[in-house]
Amino acid sequence: MFALAPQDLRLDVNALDYLILALYFAVVVGIGFAARRAIRSSSDFFLAGRSLPAWITGLAFVSANLGAIEILGMAANGAQYGLMTVHYYWIGAIPAMVFLGIVMMPFYYRSKVHSVPEFLRRRFNPATQLFNAIAFAVAQVLIAGINLYALALVMEALLGWPLWLSVIVSAAIVLAYITLGGLSSAIYNEVMQFFVIIAGLVPVVILGLIRVGGFEGLGQKVRESVLGEGGLHTWSTTATADNPLGANWIGIVFGLGFVLSFGYWTTNFAEVQRGLSARNTNAARLTPIVAAYPKLLIPVVTVIPGLIALVLFSNLGKDDGPAYNYAIPLLMNEFLPNGVLGVAVTGLLASFMAGMAANISGFNTVFTYDIWKGHVNGDHPDEFYVRLGRIATIGGVVAGIGTAFIAAGFSNIMNYLQALFAFFNAPLFATFIIGLFWKRMTPWAGFWGIIAGTLAAFAVYIPYRAELLDLGTDLNASFVAAGAAFLVDAVVSVAITLVTTPKPDEELRGLVWGLTDVDLKDDSIAGDKKWYRSPVVLGSGALILAAAFYLPFL
Amino acid sequence: MLFDIRRILGGLFAVYGVILVIVGVLDGAEEIAKAEGVRINLWTGIGMLVIAAIFLVWERLRPKDVPDPSDETSGDA
Repeated sequence: MFALAPQDLRLDVNALDYLILALYFAVVVGIGFAARRAIRSSSDFFLAGRSLPAWITGLAFVSANLGAIEILGMAANGAQYGLMTVHYYWIGAIPAMVFLGIVMMPFYYRSKVHSVPEFLRRRFNPATQLFNAIAFAVAQVLIAGINLYALALVMEALLGWPLWLSVIVSAAIVLAYITLGGLSSAIYNEVMQFFVIIAGLVPVVILGLIRVGGFEGLGQKVRESVLGEGGLHTWSTTATADNPLGANWIGIVFGLGFVLSFGYWTTNFAEVQRGLSARNTNAARLTPIVAAYPKLLIPVVTVIPGLIALVLFSNLGKDDGPAYNYAIPLLMNEFLPNGVLGVAVTGLLASFMAGMAANISGFNTVFTYDIWKGHVNGDHPDEFYVRLGRIATIGGVVAGIGTAFIAAGFSNIMNYLQALFAFFNAPLFATFIIGLFWKRMTPWAGFWGIIAGTLAAFAVYIPYRAELLDLGTDLNASFVAAGAAFLVDAVVSVAITLVTTPKPDEELRGLVWGLTDVDLKDDSIAGDKKWYRSPVVLGSGALILAAAFYLPFL
Repeated sequence: MLFDIRRILGGLFAVYGVILVIVGVLDGAEEIAKAEGVRINLWTGIGMLVIAAIFLVWERLRPKDVPDPSDETSGDA
């Protein structure tokens, strides 16, 4: 995966850069200690007391997805696939984020659940909750492990730290601030990380653009590169799969834009949890929508540096050169003097840790509420679950370290993550969408639908991995696996519903479209009625911008 | 909210901003040449100070970002 000899990438960091790094992590651990004093109940630990305004939960929402794997991986995709990489943002994220905010978040937030699996228990049954909780917990530990391993590889290449040192130091910092401060600690650090990583990347983009002669010069040089004209278009080459991404418009719209994207953004608890910590229903709904606006612009600091690196470094991604994943670190090395270099390294390290912290804080909640409290022993006083959450955090971090090396077998880490999402999120989304809009859908239809969908994804992906099934690219394989999971889940859910007994309407109030819970009192606060706090207005704005951003790059 | 993230973020960026401005002023020809002739430390430092100022002023003007509940009815389903 990172084949380059370490010394080739070594950054010229000095004491000043380390000072900037040290200051950041002193503040991070400080936040953990400060947050600890405010924790009086399990709701404080796992849901940040449901007290945060939308701008904080929104930035945390986008940040939880802006781990360094995402940043390095999207810059790598930018260098490899060109501008088609923006599909991961403008069609592959924005519509699903807006849908989550406008349609789904009210159900999550107002049903007062702690987690996505708990919602499944209320809508379906405990078996569905348990299956999803275990699948989610395993996935989070795996992804946390990938984060940790990738972080250690990058730190080894950039700073010369031995692998074990990076793993131990970063795991210890994440462990400290999550164990102390729970979700508030994770969310506050995500907000800080967002600003630091942007502060580190913007100078790279500006200096890179100066070097290549601005946007015009960049376009010219990309045309002359291996990507050619195809690297500068997003849709006009998608009538067939003969384009850098190797996917046609059907794959992009339905595979990436619908099944993968809606599955990930609307049912992934590591994301939804940020919305659940908001102070009221309106703030919860605004969470993913506030996040959509920075998400629209993130390609500027990922895809553009990827393209700049492609045209500056002739052997990027070749057998004799650095891997695509090193596009951004190579540019940091090329342009940044000590000082701002320290900020960029801090941002990178912080975003690795924030990514891991998001996985761990999702994991500890699901383990505590959905596995232990729901299925092992639910009769303890509240303090017990806070303690259990802290123990689960330690267990999650340790398991993350242990499973880190599974990531080693895959050539491109983004594809690996996509594969995991296909397995766990695509069938879940089918179950949610049918369950929300069809009150007849029965508890056991929920359970068997998810099981069948997950098996369908495995049934496609494993033969592909074993080279028994030819699906072209890894990306295409994850489209097909996710699509199969979605369809099989839907068919099985409908079939089982027809032969089993539905829940009575009374038990479904507040969980299904059209059956509102009349006992819930309105939780809106002054100002929620203003247009700039309206989820529908802001959400439509994000969709219009996403469409408009495509226009110069058709 | 348990404590104000705006103050912490503003404080961190103020410290970073001051460090980078000082380094930027002291940068020699080599550092400037590396960054395409731009005093990038200075400019980034100034940018971070502006962000710090925005957060600190915002926090000063609206100390609590938690308005009281009102009787307004909401359209949430």
